[in-house]
Amino acid sequence: MLLSIRSLTKAFPGTRALDDVDFDVAAGEVHALLGENGAGKSTLIKCLTGAYQRDAGTIALDGARIDPRSTSQAQELGIGTVYQEVNLLPNLTVAQNLMFGREPRRFGLVDSRRTRVVAQAMLQQYGLDINVDRDLGTYSVAIQQIVAIARAVSLSGKVLILDEPTASLDRREVEMVFDVVRDLRDRGLGIVFVSHFLDQVFELTDRVTILRNGRKIVTETTSNLNRMSLIEHMLGRALEDAVSETHDHGKAAAPRMLQFDGIGRAGVIDPFDMTVGQGEVVGLAGLLGSGRTETAEMLFGLRQSQGGQARDVDGPLDLRNPRAAIGAGFGFAPEDRKTDGIVADLSVRQNIILGLQARRGWARPVPRAEQNRLADDYIRKLDIRTSDREKPIGELSGGNQQKAVLARWLAMNPRFLILDEPTRGIDVGAHAEILRLIEDLTAQGMSVLVISSEIDELVAVADRVIVLRDRRHVAELTGAEVTGDRIMRAIADEAAA
Amino acid sequence: MTLLTRIAPQLIALAALIALVSVFFPGFLAVEFSGGRLVGPVIDVLKRSAPVALLSVGMTLVIATRGIDLSVGAIMAICGASAALAISSGLGLAPALLIALAAGALAGLWNGVLVAVVGIQPFVATLILMTMGRGVAQLITEGRILTFTDAGFGWLGSGVLLGMPVPTWIWVVTAAAVALVVRRTALGLLIEAVGVNRRASALAGVNATVLLIAVYVASGLCAALAGIVETADIRGADANNAGLWLELDAILAVVIGGNSLLGGRFSIIASILGALIIQTIGTGILLAGFPSEYNLVIKAGLVLIILILQSPRIAAEWSLWRDSHRVEPRQRSRI
Repeated sequence: MLLSIRSLTKAFPGTRALDDVDFDVAAGEVHALLGENGAGKSTLIKCLTGAYQRDAGTIALDGARIDPRSTSQAQELGIGTVYQEVNLLPNLTVAQNLMFGREPRRFGLVDSRRTRVVAQAMLQQYGLDINVDRDLGTYSVAIQQIVAIARAVSLSGKVLILDEPTASLDRREVEMVFDVVRDLRDRGLGIVFVSHFLDQVFELTDRVTILRNGRKIVTETTSNLNRMSLIEHMLGRALEDAVSETHDHGKAAAPRMLQFDGIGRAGVIDPFDMTVGQGEVVGLAGLLGSGRTETAEMLFGLRQSQGGQARDVDGPLDLRNPRAAIGAGFGFAPEDRKTDGIVADLSVRQNIILGLQARRGWARPVPRAEQNRLADDYIRKLDIRTSDREKPIGELSGGNQQKAVLARWLAMNPRFLILDEPTRGIDVGAHAEILRLIEDLTAQGMSVLVISSEIDELVAVADRVIVLRDRRHVAELTGAEVTGDRIMRAIADEAAA
Repeated sequence: MTLLTRIAPQLIALAALIALVSVFFPGFLAVEFSGGRLVGPVIDVLKRSAPVALLSVGMTLVIATRGIDLSVGAIMAICGASAALAISSGLGLAPALLIALAAGALAGLWNGVLVAVVGIQPFVATLILMTMGRGVAQLITEGRILTFTDAGFGWLGSGVLLGMPVPTWIWVVTAAAVALVVRRTALGLLIEAVGVNRRASALAGVNATVLLIAVYVASGLCAALAGIVETADIRGADANNAGLWLELDAILAVVIGGNSLLGGRFSIIASILGALIIQTIGTGILLAGFPSEYNLVIKAGLVLIILILQSPRIAAEWSLWRDSHRVEPRQRSRI
């Protein structure tokens, strides 16, 4: 094996990002690394490139143990990385980018003629004949991507990690990049390919390793897998394995509360219709990039819908922006709580009352005694683990931050709460508590929209599940139809509901 | 954290500074009452710190939102020139002051819209008015130094009320009023939330756009007051020199006040102490009898020392040192 990782483990406060993961890359293979958000892909790559220091496990390259402490050290050892966003300098020329940091010198000065010649020769190996004197930024993303690959290979030359390299390329450009990748494979490099485009995985890769929740689920020859089994592994549920149901699906009598007609936006999510009943839990299922989060953002006024209308029993609703949506009684706990949820430097108390305060307006502060009562109340009810309510929320673990963000919304008593991946990256105990909380809330008449990559989670809480694929709502499963099996089939587009 | 522990570093720095100046100029703390007014170096500091103290109030709010306002010096010039022009063209005191305040509010609105609506980086957005504003002031004064003789206006700069200089009253009342308003309402919390995480705050329903515009308007109004005080003090509007470089002193006051340039939690009182520290250094250097060409170097040196002593690193080292003297000697090696 060219690259051999054994028992790699990496923990962050409150979450185990990588748990005892093995991963091998042979010389001359393209190895896909797959998993949903939070599965551990990027943590694994960062441990490999020295951006993170692993807690346990070994990494061996060519049979020798390595311990990269920085990306430049990993590069010298032979591990190069190319990211989705080209991390080169667009305002330098192609040649300068390729030779950056190791320019040929003459009398101590950069020899720009030789820089150009070397760069030109380097790109010709990739069948790329472009003017290397032009600024990199003037070329298409695909060409920039190939330049980045050329630079990484020339610096490292053993293992090449491609992290979502095709995410912003069109079909023809993808082909260009793939030709380069295949050529490098034939030259004996080991290539790690991270992507959430399953078609590309089947087209390009020799083997697949799937991670989920920080664990390795499987490593398999690509040709032995089909779309269905791939999705099963990624979302973590075998079709045969029917989970016993405790949840009563389909509160058929739930009075319709909200109705969305033709909400959508070109390039974001195709127009969709949707109803939500009072006390109902609607689940959104689909792979990463299928339009789940975009749907939520549309409903909460974070993105403007082109046409369409939202209404409740009393008439049309204004969802122009988040403030308007909040005014309509909506709440939204976003997926990325670090950037979109918590206000890190403020205390747990201040984070919990923030939404309530914003709604009351600046001139009517929530009295301090009331703030304390609310904070203590939710800290107790949701079991938020914090030494006291005045602790900066940034110092809490992920699960407790999530609970505090939930508390912020509960304090406002919304009628429709949107939860985007409410259990992402939190430990098992907190996971179950949050699902139970959702049940409690709906019992009190609140309606909830849950977005989740975990099929079991949706089966456990949702009365109805809407399945998304390729930025479209493709299926809706109600009552007895809400099974892991049906959801999975709809996602995979195999004899859908 | 109580208020006292929050402002302790600034209080200690100010006390140490006063002690240091007193070594060179023993009469520094002496205050006497003569002719219906208090007189003494300390009173002078309290008067002369007015422009920077006023600016630092608005600057604190702007910096709390993770912004910066480089234009306050230029706004001072605009407002001073507007007030002087209004007075010398025969309008009364009250209309002149209203015009100056309106000019400050308008300038702040301009900055706020550029930052909050157009989305320009605060540094760049306010740099525009910093450059342009002094030109506007020069256009108002038509390039001359616009002098006036209105006694009421002059009183704002050099008058005395209850023994204290009027400029001192102006900054004390302004700072106290603003500090009270932001802490007694929810403004302080909302400003801090937007400064720490604008996106999360907006998602929680905070009207971040309006809040951002409001802090720049507040900064503009503070700059207008500072401009009025300075113009009244010299009984003339000098568009070239009014408020020149004072934006930097104001930022420095906020930083000495221990407020992070990355936004978030803020203390107006600490910034005011920062402004007093800066003025004490300035006055102290003069009183201590150093040749004036040493002023800037000594000032910079003292500011540097204060900032180093306040740095988180020094604070960490200090608490380590303190702890290590509490524990058993053999445990010390652990650290």
